Amino acid sequence: MSVDVAWAVEWVRRSAQTIAEHREELIELDRLIGDGDHGENLDRGFRAVVAKLDALDEPPAQIGDVLKLVATTLMSTVGGAAGPLYGTAYLRAAKATATDELDSAGVVALVEAALDGIVARGKATTGEKTMVDAWSPAAEAAVHAADAGGSPADVLAAAAQAAAEGAQATIPLAATKGRASYLGERSMGHLDPGARSTELLLAEAAAAAA
Amino acid sequence: MSAPDADRAFARVALVLVSHSRELAAGTVELAGQMAPGVLLIAVGGTPDGQLGTDFDGIERAFGQATQDGRSAVVLMDLGSAVLTAESVLDLADEDLAARVRLADAPFVEGAVAAAVTAHGGADLDAVLAAAEGAGRMYDGDRPSAAHDASAPPTDDGVVRETRTLLNPMGLHARPAAVISRMLAAYDAKVTVNGVSAASVLALMKLGATQGTELRIEGEGPQAAEAVRVFTTEVERGFGEI
Repeated sequence: MSVDVAWAVEWVRRSAQTIAEHREELIELDRLIGDGDHGENLDRGFRAVVAKLDALDEPPAQIGDVLKLVATTLMSTVGGAAGPLYGTAYLRAAKATATDELDSAGVVALVEAALDGIVARGKATTGEKTMVDAWSPAAEAAVHAADAGGSPADVLAAAAQAAAEGAQATIPLAATKGRASYLGERSMGHLDPGARSTELLLAEAAAAAA
Repeated sequence: MSAPDADRAFARVALVLVSHSRELAAGTVELAGQMAPGVLLIAVGGTPDGQLGTDFDGIERAFGQATQDGRSAVVLMDLGSAVLTAESVLDLADEDLAARVRLADAPFVEGAVAAAVTAHGGADLDAVLAAAEGAGRMYDGDRPSAAHDASAPPTDDGVVRETRTLLNPMGLHARPAAVISRMLAAYDAKVTVNGVSAASVLALMKLGATQGTELRIEGEGPQAAEAVRVFTTEVERGFGEI
């Protein structure tokens, strides 16, 4: 499947489904080291996104239109840090995808723009036990896959795989950013909920293109 | 969000208080408002359905209301997502609004009180922002020195000095501290009490002055004599509390 507007819509719908399915897991992860609202907030946000997609009279013309709808809806409806963080990520990604189809370099640009947005908003870097620890290796892996001549779908698969590994790698870390940082060393041994939700979302980006 | 009474607001700078909690935002507005009547204070607390969280659309509306009629606004936020959401709103706002809104890196309650009292004195945007952000530094270092020699004789250095005993049973708490700070804003004078700036509500409160404390009041500047006189008068009448 080509990475086009239909892909973007499919990615968003799959994202809503996976977040709904993992709602309780995300709540539990966040309850352990945060304020416990991550699963509920993201689920509410993506449900609102799907409702807005369903209400459109005609399909969006560009991938960026789809991602901008996700961005503004998440910002308005999530109600936790994930709202502005993912909202900014999707907004930057939308600006990088003002087209109806992405080649491999275009997919790299999308992932890199999303990472840039999260870093700009959250001012986190790698190793601080945040969603940056999933997005950053995802962007790196996307670059490598594209350089190696991979298809857009290959690039998304590589990004998803790296995000999953990056998320798992947050487990031993002590949080130094976000609500979990108040716990310091007590946050060690737990998977970061934001890295986990990033892993879930990028897995669906790859699945929608497979 | 509370409904601001825009007709009564006259200070040039409004405050927007963004909290995860509806009660915390509303309570901080109540606290700061008591010390700074006439400053537009807008609470944005919790999610639209009353849960803990932040409300992007509510913050957007509050920024719009706060900057109406040519006012500018200082924004205080409590925790992570309140900061991130306020920043996101500002990123997406039009340039004219964004130029008149400043996000304060300040403790929520103390910063709100300091900013509100400063705004009440007619200060501009930068001064109100500085008051909010300066409130965080109140917790650094020691309390002001109690060893300062209270019996130092007046000198010919142009400093007006008076000493009065604090009569208020509750000490120099928030309300009288705000009265002093507000009152002195009207005078072109730099006034200190026991070595701290009398323009700062938080510095005054941090003195921890209890009933019976000797207050050494010193004023410098063109209107120092008048400023010190109104100050001592207020101390003598117990700030209307006795």
